[in-house]
Amino acid sequence: MLGKVWAVLRKDLLIELRTKDSLNAMLFFGIVVLVVFNFALESLRDSIRTAVPGVLWVSFVFSGTLGLNRMFASEKENSCLQGLLMAPMDRGIVYLGKTLAAAIFMFIAEIAIFVCSLIFFNLTVWSEIPWLILVFSVGTLGFTAVGTLLSAISVNTRMREVLLPLILFPVVLPILVNAVEATNIILNGPDYRALKLPLAIMTTFTVIFGTVSYLMFDFVLED
Amino acid sequence: MDLTKQKKLDAFLLGILLIGMILALYMAFLGAPRERTMGDLQRIFYFHVPSGIVGLLAFAANFVASVMYLIKKDRKWDSLALSAAEVGVMFFMIVLVTGPIWAKPVWFVWWTWSPRLTSSLVLWLLYLAYMLVRAYVPDPERRAVMSAVFGIIAFLDAPIVFFSIRWWRDMHPSAMIEKGGIDPAMVPAFLTCSLVFLVLLVYVIRRRLFLESARVELERLERAANLVR
Repeated sequence: MLGKVWAVLRKDLLIELRTKDSLNAMLFFGIVVLVVFNFALESLRDSIRTAVPGVLWVSFVFSGTLGLNRMFASEKENSCLQGLLMAPMDRGIVYLGKTLAAAIFMFIAEIAIFVCSLIFFNLTVWSEIPWLILVFSVGTLGFTAVGTLLSAISVNTRMREVLLPLILFPVVLPILVNAVEATNIILNGPDYRALKLPLAIMTTFTVIFGTVSYLMFDFVLED
Repeated sequence: MDLTKQKKLDAFLLGILLIGMILALYMAFLGAPRERTMGDLQRIFYFHVPSGIVGLLAFAANFVASVMYLIKKDRKWDSLALSAAEVGVMFFMIVLVTGPIWAKPVWFVWWTWSPRLTSSLVLWLLYLAYMLVRAYVPDPERRAVMSAVFGIIAFLDAPIVFFSIRWWRDMHPSAMIEKGGIDPAMVPAFLTCSLVFLVLLVYVIRRRLFLESARVELERLERAANLVR
């Protein structure tokens, strides 16, 4: 099973490595969002550090949505999806491979956006980095776990790219709330033990929706 | 049940509703005692809370119908899921409108991001998103499957939304009710209103379901007519 997941994942990574279609868009959009927020939060200039967690996650989620939209839209071209579905494996495998691929793209974009935010908002982090990586990866996995399923739904609708953020954002709200909370604890909080609760909720979310999406993925793929 | 029996049942429910609503209005506005600090303002509680309860029931019905559709693949379950979701959105609309009307004079703000308010709003948004999914999938079969999947996701999401903002400070009266309970003199009015809202929920869902099955039938006949032509 792991080999099959890796095959799907490898396919998406290779495509992305050669075309760089979605990663370019994700990086660019994430950074544009940071710049826009810089103007929007002009009045918070002196206490910008408290706003950074929210700003970061909004730009992560926006750029992540761009990536998720491409996940299945690219498969629609030249009927690639049919080919993928004909492969002799469980549909859930496709889901796992796609989710991991989406999470990896999003994580790469997050690192770049985060480095830019360090410069734009004059932050200094060193000891916080491992914790941030932990929170970013759990949050990203949770986001893509449900995002991949909803992306497969929205790609078959009339509105396609427009629909995904509309149906995805209300659903991933728990991830967003807890990821912002956790990032805030790391950047501004005195006590890392408070991380336990947001991390637990994000993990629960990821496990529940990962399992449910894995089981239901078969239904949403068009034959 | 055949059509005439269904219609008789609907007429019966409508009769109960008419009597029950008058009774509920009487109980809420005249029967129940005046609240000491909030005065008559508190009476909105008899409509706000029951709407919330039956709204949640409607969403639960949507979840059950969605699961059943994915198992049985019967259009009836899809129609029920749609009806329940629409009616649930309507009842939550009542909750979200009556809430701020009450909150402005009591809390001095229309809205606060407390756990209960936030999760109600998000729940409402989730089912609006459900309606969006339905609106943008043209093929009925695909629409039923996609929306069933989304309905399941939305319902599972609701408790997680609630728990993830649970630790925020809560000034909503429900936190106080959980501790002390409401005055026994207010219980009869509250129960009457809840029961009437429950009957209203059943009645409206049944009417919506009737409309939807008529539409499905029309669709089927049109397709058949096109085939003949």
